[in-house]
Amino acid sequence: MDWFPLWNSLRIAAISTFIIFFLGIWAAYGIAKLPRLVKGVLDVILTLPLVLPPTVVGYLLLRVLGPKRVVGAFILSVFGVKLVMTWWSAIFATVVVAFPLMYRTARGAFESFDETLAFAGQTLGLKNSYIFWRIRMPACRQGILAGTVLAFARALGEYGATSMIAGYTPGRTATVATTVYQLWRTDNDALAFRWVCVNLAISAVVLLAVNFLERKEKNRPARLRKEAA
Amino acid sequence: MGLQVDIRKDFGAFRLDVSFEAGRELLGLLGASGCGKSVTLQCIAGIERPDAGRIVLNGRTLFDSEKHIDLPPQERRVGYLFQQYALFPNMTVEKNVAAGAWRLPKAERKAAVDAMLEKMQIAELRDKYPRQLSGGQQQRTALARILINEPEALLLDEPFSALDSHLRDRMEREVMAVVRDFGGTTLLVSHSRDEIFRMSDAVAVYNDGRIDAFGEKHALFRDPKTYTAAMLTGCKNFSRISGLRHENGRTVFFADDWDMELSVSGVRTGDMVGLRRHYAVLADAPGPNVYEMEVTGAIEDPFEYILLLRRPGYAGEPFGWTVTKDEYRRLPPGNLLLCFPDPALMLLKE
Repeated sequence: MDWFPLWNSLRIAAISTFIIFFLGIWAAYGIAKLPRLVKGVLDVILTLPLVLPPTVVGYLLLRVLGPKRVVGAFILSVFGVKLVMTWWSAIFATVVVAFPLMYRTARGAFESFDETLAFAGQTLGLKNSYIFWRIRMPACRQGILAGTVLAFARALGEYGATSMIAGYTPGRTATVATTVYQLWRTDNDALAFRWVCVNLAISAVVLLAVNFLERKEKNRPARLRKEAA
Repeated sequence: MGLQVDIRKDFGAFRLDVSFEAGRELLGLLGASGCGKSVTLQCIAGIERPDAGRIVLNGRTLFDSEKHIDLPPQERRVGYLFQQYALFPNMTVEKNVAAGAWRLPKAERKAAVDAMLEKMQIAELRDKYPRQLSGGQQQRTALARILINEPEALLLDEPFSALDSHLRDRMEREVMAVVRDFGGTTLLVSHSRDEIFRMSDAVAVYNDGRIDAFGEKHALFRDPKTYTAAMLTGCKNFSRISGLRHENGRTVFFADDWDMELSVSGVRTGDMVGLRRHYAVLADAPGPNVYEMEVTGAIEDPFEYILLLRRPGYAGEPFGWTVTKDEYRRLPPGNLLLCFPDPALMLLKE
């Protein structure tokens, strides 16, 4: 059994989660402070990928990143790099599709943060960056952690947009999800079943990790949990 | 030196427009909730921004809308004690206090934190998290964190409202000791007139975003001048007045709601008269301000009775007179002859 699809899926999910982590926190924190109307509009745009069919996301990405489209053509002419049909093309797809999960959970956590803690920090003369990383982030830890794990899980299982923008090339762009579909399509039922088992195992591990984190959270002081929730 | 505040801010539903000065003393801001007391503190601390005005602390301009000065809260050096203390939940008592000590040189920090923990009697709690502390301990920790930060002014926002009543007296004494030791300008926001009276040197009475009355506390409680100030300082009996006239250096008027003609010394004016519940006395013989009163009921408090009084035959609402249980037992039966002494009657503007 060639383990490339697993390795490829993991690296795509890991890199996208890394990107989504900072992007999601930045968006969630920035948007929570905006006026209501702007907030509402941006919120819809950023959450849209959550409800759109992944194929629609894939289509829209191709419209922008395709070699004959604005961004794709520009990158191709300047750097000589094609943005689609490589293993890392899938990162575009997974980032867009999994971003809303991080953004929404982080925003929920930020919005329930007791702002007087930040005010208290300010009146003590503490820098805003200190307040953000040492007071706000620890208090919102649970929400941010949950968002990260969910985004990772979603990125790992992304199929629709990935298959459109990265395609399925064995040994190059194949992921677990696209491999299962390809094997089933070509009647290789036994191997398809093995990959299904691999996928189930990974998902179970992720969910166990979530549960473990939550239990650890429960063992923490009650008030911390309340303020992190 | 001290604090000068002159600010305006429009909140739509209500408008804050206050101006006052406080020296190196404790100024109490007294008012009902939602009248702008806490917002005033927030404007001074820089958490809220006034629409216009000026805030100057010890000669340093913190805010000036005309000169476009608006120091961030970090640079104002104003200590703010929040109602719920706002201790950082992810830090121990020691870390919370140390967070306030960041201005000190690193080498001195540890010793300064230790000394402050000792001084505030929270040294044994240093490794505990805020949620493991009682309300009083949380308050001491919050005060320690503020004091080690060496603020130039201290703002106390309803500091005892989150405490159980049996803790309140004790924390009040402790906070008073801290404030005396601090010695700088201190503002105390409260809706409790007793708390304000016990703790403050001067009092500002808030009413709907404005300061209704301002002054040294004894003078203000003796002669509150306005209806709101009288009410907030605990006066419960009020009557509209009519036929106000001045005779031989006295002011005579008719209290419509009590059905009595009363007089006070001096040439004074007002729309209402107020009478504190403690201030009527039994009289031996008829005279000015002496009336026969019918007792229509009595309300028993733990240590006092509130007698409900009105003129015999008068159909209006009775008003209250507080007597000790001992005095109550010795009252003669039937109607009472009562004197409403001149200094107890407060002429008020509405």
